[in-house]
Amino acid sequence: MAATAATTPVLDRDLLLQRPPRSLWSDAWRRFRKNRLALLGLAYIAFLAVIALAAPLVAPHNPVQSDVQHAGVVRQAAWIRDPNPMRTGSWEYPLGTDSVGRDVFSRLVYGTRVSLVVGFVPMIFTVSIGMLIGLLAGYAGGRVDNLLMRFTDVVYAFPDLLLFIIMQVAFQDAWIGKLLNGLVLLFITLSLVSWVTVARLVRGEVLAVKQKEFVEAARAIGASSFSLLFRHIVPNTLGPIIVVAAYIVPGAIISEAILSYLGIGIRPSVRLDAPFPTSWGSMILEGSKAWESQPWMLIAPTLAVASITLAFTFVGDGLRDAFDPRQAER
Amino acid sequence: MLLAFILRRIFWLIPVVVAVTTITFFLMHRAPGGPWDREKPVAAATLKALDQKFGLDKPVWVNIEEVRARWQAGQRNPIRLLGAFLDSQYFRYLWGLVRLDLGPSYRSKGTESVQSILWRKFPPTAKVGVVATVFAVMVGVPLGVLGALKQNSWIDYVSLTVATLGVSVPSFIIGVLVIIFLSQVFGVKPIRQPEEWRGFSTAYLAPGIVLGLGTMSYLTRLTRSSMLEVIRQDYVRTARAKGLSEFQVVTRHMLRNALIAVITVLGPAVAALVTGSFIIETIFNVPGMGREYVVAIAARDYSMIMGTTLMYALFVALANLWVDVMYGFLDPRIRV
Repeated sequence: MAATAATTPVLDRDLLLQRPPRSLWSDAWRRFRKNRLALLGLAYIAFLAVIALAAPLVAPHNPVQSDVQHAGVVRQAAWIRDPNPMRTGSWEYPLGTDSVGRDVFSRLVYGTRVSLVVGFVPMIFTVSIGMLIGLLAGYAGGRVDNLLMRFTDVVYAFPDLLLFIIMQVAFQDAWIGKLLNGLVLLFITLSLVSWVTVARLVRGEVLAVKQKEFVEAARAIGASSFSLLFRHIVPNTLGPIIVVAAYIVPGAIISEAILSYLGIGIRPSVRLDAPFPTSWGSMILEGSKAWESQPWMLIAPTLAVASITLAFTFVGDGLRDAFDPRQAER
Repeated sequence: MLLAFILRRIFWLIPVVVAVTTITFFLMHRAPGGPWDREKPVAAATLKALDQKFGLDKPVWVNIEEVRARWQAGQRNPIRLLGAFLDSQYFRYLWGLVRLDLGPSYRSKGTESVQSILWRKFPPTAKVGVVATVFAVMVGVPLGVLGALKQNSWIDYVSLTVATLGVSVPSFIIGVLVIIFLSQVFGVKPIRQPEEWRGFSTAYLAPGIVLGLGTMSYLTRLTRSSMLEVIRQDYVRTARAKGLSEFQVVTRHMLRNALIAVITVLGPAVAALVTGSFIIETIFNVPGMGREYVVAIAARDYSMIMGTTLMYALFVALANLWVDVMYGFLDPRIRV
């Protein structure tokens, strides 16, 4: 008895934590911070978010209003000189004007809104649906698991873009396709497939975590199913989910651009006060009709899409390395 | 054993195809507007005749009216009643699918069937696909191998940069940029006239390479990482120790094992090629299936959209099947 009392302080001193333990999050953030490309991507996305929010302040002109009288029919990009004074570039229209005399730069600025919204909203949907189904399948097991997984197999076999296209074709002219310039329908469409990846991942993680001792211990002290799921199982699946979610966002942005390029994405608005007047995909569609005479109409939105997808890929790679260091060593 | 594995895989295709057909069919029937909608209204009698000719006067899902009518007429043969029950647009379409009959193209006012249009438009698409696949494999795999063998050298960095760009930037964006670049800087016109796509013309190079870029990048990244995994294995050291030439070590011992991982991802990669092809075809004006699909979307030619979607979906499923089979063939551990 006396011996134990004497050794305890010694043990305490030796085994005491030298510094507070790092959580998974601070650990991941520490690794993420070291990745310069990922930080650059994150900074760029933050910059675009600010632009999107402050679009009315940033855009020099109204993105929907035609400036034909003042700007001429086709005003070239600012650095292009042209003998015709109504065609030569001016910094009033940094990226020139489009075929109906609208400022391309202002449209580009407003297009940022659509890209970001269309990237993030379906991501939130898909992660929620995927988590729900994955948790249900993994935790319930048995017949429920079997049924749900066969269902996800079928959805998985359907090529994403084809499903998106027939969804858009089927509902674009219905009332739902007209809400918010078609954004609501796009949210639904883009959420239809990606949840499968999340569901499979969550199910796998749940099956793995379910066997661990700490879950058994929690159950032994009488934790309810609910607290077992949300206190013990879900937090352990969050890391991989975040990584997958980071890749879902650029996927949705690209899909929106493709659908709008095919003319079945967002509906370009003619209302002067529309919050989401156009998207980069629609601008690519408009630009591709006049690419030989007005290539800047096409170059600007194309580079915008390319840079945002690159930024998201950098962030996704950074997150993957941060949350899964074993993978990063390769 | 392998045969059973393959058969099981083929069997699994059936529910997938039925499910894809049903979803597509359901969505297309939700779409507003009829197949014979034109600018000018068509006479009611003509509409009725057209509907009758193509069975569009039948109920969409199941034909209960017919069953009821026959029952009241005193017919009790269960097989015949079942036949009447299934005499609907949906089951007719499914049955047509079995016979590879995709119905009339609405845009051609029923004069040409969807499958004959697809068949006519298939060769250009196949050529673009072949160029893309050859480019992706012939460039992607060697780049990955070189990157792994000379890790952290300039070749490695170049191939990684290219691969990152190719994986993250979608092919249609790259296609647009390539067109602008070629025409503005070099004065080359990558968009050709319809007659220039006959035979094996150079016109196919640009769209094929652009289409293959994504897959190439993916293959580069994957080959590099799986080579890096193999490079430090004991059997590689053994091969070197017994005096094999470096070339033999790389080709016989490293590549062979590293490529197993590569072959598994060829399925999704081919799927990406297939679904990417119609955008690329539209951008480069290739007169293939893909552009036909995009035109059909714009014209709301529902039967054409449906038929092409199913063809693409089936193709993707077959690509996945091929990969599964190859994988099972190469790696005996999978066949369980």
